[in-house]
Amino acid sequence: MDITLQQVGYSYAKGTPFEKRALYEANASIRSGSYTAIIGHTGSGKSTLLLHLNGLLKPTEGAVRIGDVSITAATKAKELKQIRRNVGIVFQFPEHQLFEETVEKDIMFGPLNFGIPEEEARQRAHELIRLLGLPEDIAQKSPFDLSGGQMRRVAIAGVLAFKPSVLILDEPTAGLDPRGRKEIMELFNKLHKEEGLTTILVTHSMEDAARYADQILVMHEGRSVMSGTPEEVFGDAEQLKSFRLGLPRSVAFQRDVEKLFGKPLGKLTLTEEQLASAIAAALKEGEQ
Amino acid sequence: MKEILSLDHVSFSYEAEDGGTRRAVDDVSFTVNDGEWIAIVGHNGSGKSTLAKLMIGLLFPEEGKVKVFLEELNVDNLWEIRSDIGIVFQNPDNQFVGSTVQDDVAFALENNGIPFEEMVPRVHESLAQVNMEGFLDHEPHHLSGGQKQRVAIAGALAMRPKLLILDEATSMLDPQGRDEVIQVVDELKQTTGLTVISITHDLEEVLLADKVVVMNSGKMMLTGKPEEIFAHGDELESIGLDLPFAARLSRSLRQAGIAIQGEHMTEEELVNELWTSHFSK
Repeated sequence: MDITLQQVGYSYAKGTPFEKRALYEANASIRSGSYTAIIGHTGSGKSTLLLHLNGLLKPTEGAVRIGDVSITAATKAKELKQIRRNVGIVFQFPEHQLFEETVEKDIMFGPLNFGIPEEEARQRAHELIRLLGLPEDIAQKSPFDLSGGQMRRVAIAGVLAFKPSVLILDEPTAGLDPRGRKEIMELFNKLHKEEGLTTILVTHSMEDAARYADQILVMHEGRSVMSGTPEEVFGDAEQLKSFRLGLPRSVAFQRDVEKLFGKPLGKLTLTEEQLASAIAAALKEGEQ
Repeated sequence: MKEILSLDHVSFSYEAEDGGTRRAVDDVSFTVNDGEWIAIVGHNGSGKSTLAKLMIGLLFPEEGKVKVFLEELNVDNLWEIRSDIGIVFQNPDNQFVGSTVQDDVAFALENNGIPFEEMVPRVHESLAQVNMEGFLDHEPHHLSGGQKQRVAIAGALAMRPKLLILDEATSMLDPQGRDEVIQVVDELKQTTGLTVISITHDLEEVLLADKVVVMNSGKMMLTGKPEEIFAHGDELESIGLDLPFAARLSRSLRQAGIAIQGEHMTEEELVNELWTSHFSK
């Protein structure tokens, strides 16, 4: 499902003395099946932008197009239901939204609300428990008796349960330990590929943006200021710096090494693995 | 060296759902001395938060002793001991009570009956220590995460604590906010010699510590200086922890057949070795 933003503006509390503008003329084009990372400093407008992607906010100016549906200031709330079925959002700390008596019921809540028959919803819940690497016997437990990492997986399962074709992730690894972070990011990467999802990741981690995304959108002071492949965006350190953003560690290290060696290491190294092989290749070449 | 806090063979169990018990802290002993910065690390569920609760008397050990300022913690001395401990928790939005930054920092002082004439300079001084003196009349909810946590630290400092505990205080911040907080704590340590216990996942924070305690399944698995701890790379990874970037890269380079001599904790050290041992030849 393609998503496009055309000159999207948004003001909170528009028409009141408390009016506060959060977005100005934001543009973006997200291809169906792509993995897009949205990066930007705190207060850059990333979260406001994200709320437009499934109609939780309607733009005060411009239009958001999600598949065949166009959302403008005039769009009626009723028309947004179909969009919400297609676009799932995993908010920050999604485990705070768990509320049911059992894990199974919690995962089934969304699908039942969208009118999916109970048996089908139950079956889907059990599939997801397996897919997310949770133990089978968890289904009848209270979600509040689980560990933090398990609670987060259950909450994610609740979003995946109604089979959205677009998955939006708002800082999905915040507060997890290093292994938990890696597992969750790898899980989303697998889902992205296997389920053919359109994935949109809002993140502070330049490393995750560089490793997983094929397109990056940079937000700054409510505007969309840069977009392109990770190579294009992270290849322009100067401009990123002007938006108060840094480089992924592997790219920063690559630049240090290049300065020292006095020659480029080749392509931008977006991951540690790429960096290690590029340095190894350069050193071996130097020895010959 | 003066002892600030010690755990002597401390164990604690929670009641489990099935009526049994689950041991969250199992026979842990260590000592924190005056002026030290200790980092306690471990994956989610390793027992480090229970350890924090035991240190401030929110829980009492089932076995063993917890001593704070050389006194064994009990229900009678708890309140007096706690007045010398500052704590900053994980979520910056859950710990504000004042409507302005200075009111918030003054809250504990007011509660403890500090006279107004003394309160004002203390609030100013504490905010200056965290580089937030320009924000006296700002509303807390308009600050960034890093600024909020620095105000929370100022609130703790205003009580002139002998010990500051950071319970995952940087884990919800963006990279810039995290750097601001870590830098402030590092400055405090250099200038005031404050004793800090930091419970964290953040490796850069661990690198600044004098001593690291690694928790796994309720037990203290390793303890030592950061470089000693990170020499156990594979073990740390096997329990879900991570290594600093430079250490991970050194290992990948070795696997690619490049000889790396030292155990490097920072990017600068590793770049220097690449230069001296490989490139300048």
